[in-house]
Amino acid sequence: MTSLLSKAFQNAKNENRPALLTYTVAGDNTKKKSIEILKSISNYADICELGFPHNTPIADGGQIQTSAYRAIKNGIKINDVFSIAKDFKKSKKNKPIILMGYYNMIFQYNENKFLDKCKKVKVDGLIVVDLPYPENKKFAAKCKKRGVNFIQLVSPTTTSIRLKKIIKDSHDMVYYISMLSTTGGKLKVSPKKILERYSKIKNQNKSKNVVIGFGITEKTIKSLKKADGLVVGSAICKEISDSINKRQNPVTNVTNIVKRLKNKIK
Amino acid sequence: MKLKKGVPLIDQHDRYGFWGGKFGGSFIPETLKKPVEDLTNEFKKLRKDKKFLKKRDFYFKNYIGTPTSFVKLDNLTNHLGGAQIWAKVVSEANGGAHKIYNATVHALICKAMGKKYIVGDTGAGYAGKMLSMAAKKFGLKCKIFMGAKDIKRQKPNCDAMRKNGAEIVPVYSGSQTLVDAVSECMRYWVSNCDNTHMCVGSTVGPNIFVKICGWSTAQISRELKVQLKSEFKKLPNKIKLINCVGGGSSAYGFWSEFIDYDRKKIELIGVEAGGPKKSKLHAAPLSQNAKIGILHGAASYLCQNSEGQINDTESISAGLDYPGVSPIHCFLKDTKRARYTYATDEDALKAHVMVTKYENLNPSLEPSHAFAEAIRIAPKLSKDTIIIVNSCGDAKKDRDILRERLGKK
Repeated sequence: MTSLLSKAFQNAKNENRPALLTYTVAGDNTKKKSIEILKSISNYADICELGFPHNTPIADGGQIQTSAYRAIKNGIKINDVFSIAKDFKKSKKNKPIILMGYYNMIFQYNENKFLDKCKKVKVDGLIVVDLPYPENKKFAAKCKKRGVNFIQLVSPTTTSIRLKKIIKDSHDMVYYISMLSTTGGKLKVSPKKILERYSKIKNQNKSKNVVIGFGITEKTIKSLKKADGLVVGSAICKEISDSINKRQNPVTNVTNIVKRLKNKIK
Repeated sequence: MKLKKGVPLIDQHDRYGFWGGKFGGSFIPETLKKPVEDLTNEFKKLRKDKKFLKKRDFYFKNYIGTPTSFVKLDNLTNHLGGAQIWAKVVSEANGGAHKIYNATVHALICKAMGKKYIVGDTGAGYAGKMLSMAAKKFGLKCKIFMGAKDIKRQKPNCDAMRKNGAEIVPVYSGSQTLVDAVSECMRYWVSNCDNTHMCVGSTVGPNIFVKICGWSTAQISRELKVQLKSEFKKLPNKIKLINCVGGGSSAYGFWSEFIDYDRKKIELIGVEAGGPKKSKLHAAPLSQNAKIGILHGAASYLCQNSEGQINDTESISAGLDYPGVSPIHCFLKDTKRARYTYATDEDALKAHVMVTKYENLNPSLEPSHAFAEAIRIAPKLSKDTIIIVNSCGDAKKDRDILRERLGKK
């Protein structure tokens, strides 16, 4: 059976554009608001990534850290994250949702319990930032068993031998980190270089959907539109922070930025 | 779970880097896989390279100034009655603490790998100060990440870092202490790993950093073993080695040569930071029975809530103020080879006052935690028991805190 994730990529391909993936932090800035944001932006985004916030995020830059700390301060718990996902899937049942976060949260919840819960609330995929290959093999197999896509990450430092192995063991989607950076860094590599590397990954196995993330903003998104998908996270988190600071409605502002991002890759 | 004899503890991990099957590992983002693998291979090569070892020994002797002395604290022993109290005065090392061993080795590795930039984290400021010293010595550019709260409370060490030409990057996120400094340092490394070497300041972090640090501080126990034999002709029958434990680098270095001995002959006692007496916060994951969790790339006993969020810690001693602990200490705890307890801020202060009153020794707040335990147990022990405390840091850096807490001195 084709996964919802694969279908979303196929739909975008049919429209001759990359899929747009958004990242927001669950509970940012409140549980209620984050559901509203998610539902509203999913009218334009093809796939929604939902971060479960951790207070020691070693691979995240300032914008996502701020969102995560804000959500935790507002009392968000892992079960709230699941209930946000569940609520979202109830109204948008064909829109794929990916949970993303750090392994300790899964470890404390219990791996099996966590994945059963993912399956139950119909989470489509999972990204675990600090559980790299090959340590993640067993976990990835557990995901597969429950019909949850485990999404492998590849970076500019990934060697060719390693790349081959990772692609071979990957599921429907692979996430390419555009540059040596935490999330939200300024794009310091030329789009041409990124796309060259992207092609190398893509050529390993054309059936895998490869997305590019890190450093993607309204300014840079157009230059990478050849990819299967593009992830925007920090730019959205920043918009939430800015809206709160300006006492404006984050739902409207974030929706507008996602709408603009989408228009740029049409 | 069992300890192996004749194999250094730093090498008793499985192929994924876990001690006892569950402590340690390398929980790192994909970007760091390659640099960590490169470092692992380089270290594997260098530790067998005779030229490198000669270089290390040269700098240990002529730059760090080893061996540090091993002295009997006669006045303290007489005052307390009971066991003999000795100190290994590691604070005599260049810079004033054991952190110089790890810093020197990392600088040498950085040079060997052809990298020009070195970054590190620091809590009490000693790891940062020593790394800045070593960087200056070996001509490397150095950045030190330090929590904003620690910058305030450990000013003397910050002054030293700046004097050595290092840039101090203040970290304002979270609790603004060591835990946040390590996170920010790792983030910096993720972004700059192509030309920058990272030094983790203790036996924590991804597997390879635990190994390099333990390999470096092990010098302390190699010296002590020789000194014990020359002082007593053979190893005494009842020894207790007491060391403070934050990340656990000085404790591992102090114990590594003695782990193979029976614990009835050589007992290993680790003393964590219990925090203020009336506070619920502490930095004592081993002795307060914390659950296993993952922090900064490794699994260890960890101060955290049921969700896996890292708890705030509190201790008068910035060097021990860390929610996690080395995976090798978790392994020593579970195999029952070492015993872990804690001392409160007040216990440590009292111990500092007593030691400085009776002896010509000025232990910083970190080893004062170890002295607190020595003072507590010594009177109950026989005269042929040899208690040795690793006085691993000098209190110069604690000048302001001591003045505030104890009044003008």
